[in-house]
Amino acid sequence: MSEEQQRATSTRRAFLEKAASAIFAGMVLGGRPLRVQAGSAPSAPTASSVAVPMPKAPFRISPQAREDVLLRMQRDLERALRKPLRERRWAMVIDTRKCVGCSACTIACVLENKLPPGVVYRPVIDTEVGTYPNVTRKFLPRPCMQCDNPPCVPVCPVRATWKREDGIVAIDYEACIGCRYCITACPYQARTFDFGEYWTDGAARGPDGGLALQSGRAYQAEPGFEYGREWDRADGASPVGNVRKCQFCLHRIERGLLPMCVTTCIGRATFFGDSNDPESLVSELASSPDVTRLKEDMGTEPKVYYLL
Amino acid sequence: MKRVFWSLWAVIFAAGLVGVVQRLLTGHQLAAYGSYVPWGLWVAVYIYFVGLSAGAFLISTVIYVFGVKRLEPVGRLALFTALMTLLMALLSIWFDIGHMSRFWRVYTRGAWTSMMAWMVWLYTAYFLLLLAETWFAIRGDLARNAAVPGAAGRLARLLSFGRGDLSETALAADRRKVRLLAMLGVPLATAFHGGVGALFGVIGARLYWHASIYPLLFLASALSSGSALLTFLAAFWGPGRGTREHRDLVTLLATVTLGLLVVDVLFEFAEFSISLYATIPAAVQGFLIVLFGPYWWVFWIVHLGLGIVAPAVILLARRHQPQWAGVGAFLIAATFISVRLNIIVPGLAYPEVQGLERAYLGPRLSFQYFPSLMEWQVSAFVASLGVALFALGLRFLPIVTAREREA
Repeated sequence: MSEEQQRATSTRRAFLEKAASAIFAGMVLGGRPLRVQAGSAPSAPTASSVAVPMPKAPFRISPQAREDVLLRMQRDLERALRKPLRERRWAMVIDTRKCVGCSACTIACVLENKLPPGVVYRPVIDTEVGTYPNVTRKFLPRPCMQCDNPPCVPVCPVRATWKREDGIVAIDYEACIGCRYCITACPYQARTFDFGEYWTDGAARGPDGGLALQSGRAYQAEPGFEYGREWDRADGASPVGNVRKCQFCLHRIERGLLPMCVTTCIGRATFFGDSNDPESLVSELASSPDVTRLKEDMGTEPKVYYLL
Repeated sequence: MKRVFWSLWAVIFAAGLVGVVQRLLTGHQLAAYGSYVPWGLWVAVYIYFVGLSAGAFLISTVIYVFGVKRLEPVGRLALFTALMTLLMALLSIWFDIGHMSRFWRVYTRGAWTSMMAWMVWLYTAYFLLLLAETWFAIRGDLARNAAVPGAAGRLARLLSFGRGDLSETALAADRRKVRLLAMLGVPLATAFHGGVGALFGVIGARLYWHASIYPLLFLASALSSGSALLTFLAAFWGPGRGTREHRDLVTLLATVTLGLLVVDVLFEFAEFSISLYATIPAAVQGFLIVLFGPYWWVFWIVHLGLGIVAPAVILLARRHQPQWAGVGAFLIAATFISVRLNIIVPGLAYPEVQGLERAYLGPRLSFQYFPSLMEWQVSAFVASLGVALFALGLRFLPIVTAREREA
């Protein structure tokens, strides 16, 4: 092997290592870095949350030819986080032509946000199109649209939900009284209610429980990290009795991690980034002529774009 | 008869109490509503009682503001009915919220953009006004009863707050206050119950609710169901039963109820016909669920049959006989819960995004809804508690005074 070849191999290997660690950091670490922030209250409607100091490694990756789009989005994210909150505008693009309906995003979201039964942030709507023999299926993941004109916000009687400066529609679980008025107001049905249930409710205990149930129970007892703080659902504490919804994994993005549905998408069909940044991948994709938004005619101005 | 009634009451109340304990211990886990049909029986019971309250109150203003003397004997009964049904309504909606201990936040951090916040503020004002007005309406009789030995006398002494002045000037001052409060109450009750209609009407995402007729429809239905309840109560517990005056009074109330029922049906027809004639299927969905859905009988049999046709026939033919008038009016008032359920559930019982019903499955992610046993129990508790408080009030407070009973 010539010296030149050797150098090329080593650069490629170095790149692959970096890339893998970036991807795995996103997938595996989950909300862990958030423990640092535990205890801090979610930002009030008016207060803008301060940009959190970014972890140094492993995100400094220079662009490479034919790289995974996750790497570009990672750089987009990092760039956005260097700006003040009000200059960011988080947006998501979902390429329905690439979506295979595997529901990995749905499940990853359930795990990341510790969603109990009855609560779902990102279902994938699976519809059959056509008549036999010309039949096909189409898939439509439906996160919260983070509307610029969110119909769910003004109806809240206690101002427990609001549009943040970075475009995310947030909920303050400590303020929400659980009246569920916002659920009725959302035209996308993106809000669900936490009934305080557990996946293992009614399952066997003791020796009959088995390892799976034991670890399942242990997992459910772990706190969630939405909005950058720990949430322990035991004894009916919030978010039990509250309305919950997708917040683009705010707790992850503010720590430099892409939303869980983005990193786990096996077809790389979900894109995330700052739509205020003309260089970002989402800005590029959202200006394609194939783009549409759900119920566009309603004027809710969703920040989730679909490529058809 | 009385014994049978109260035995039955005790059974219902006990069952209700069990439901309330379950609700307090297990939260919303035993309820049948979910994330897609997030409101159910309790919200329906809430708007049902709140409608009865607004209706009974507005009838009382006919007496105290517009001076219709012929209805005067049921003035206090109307006020007391409004107060009791309001309490039942608030109790029901309190059980419905996710964090019962946080209800006060609507006062400390309420949003003026939310119809729900407005509704809470307005019904709080209405509750205080109703308390004050009822007190001024019965103060004279409380002062008179203070001398009576026994529990009624003790209660009268306690509730009259030492205001024992029975002079004509003091009684006239009471009447003036009642009139003033009733005058303030007209716009308040209109705003507050129209506001309940608006709470649904403003939800643009739900075409079934999004109708500008809603605030008006709610007022019409409050008047019709409230006057029906008052007619029923006056027929069986009103002043001077067995006398010609009582008969005339109940006949008048029954006639008013019949007229209001016609107005309500007219409003309802406007709402249904306009929406059903819309050629956009999405706008018709909720109405099709009401008319031909799994609970079609709630509309056709309970509402249309037992709530409109049967009482209309009874009131047309027999409104001069207090007992028949009472039965007819009872049918209207009691079956009105079907109207309330048909407002809440069908508006929520279909997906806003096609295919959502099959996207992610779970017991809380269903568009089918029928109240669970615990939900029925809690509502039974609310209703039976209201009945008991009402009976106690009738027994110990000068709502229908002994003088009037004997008259």
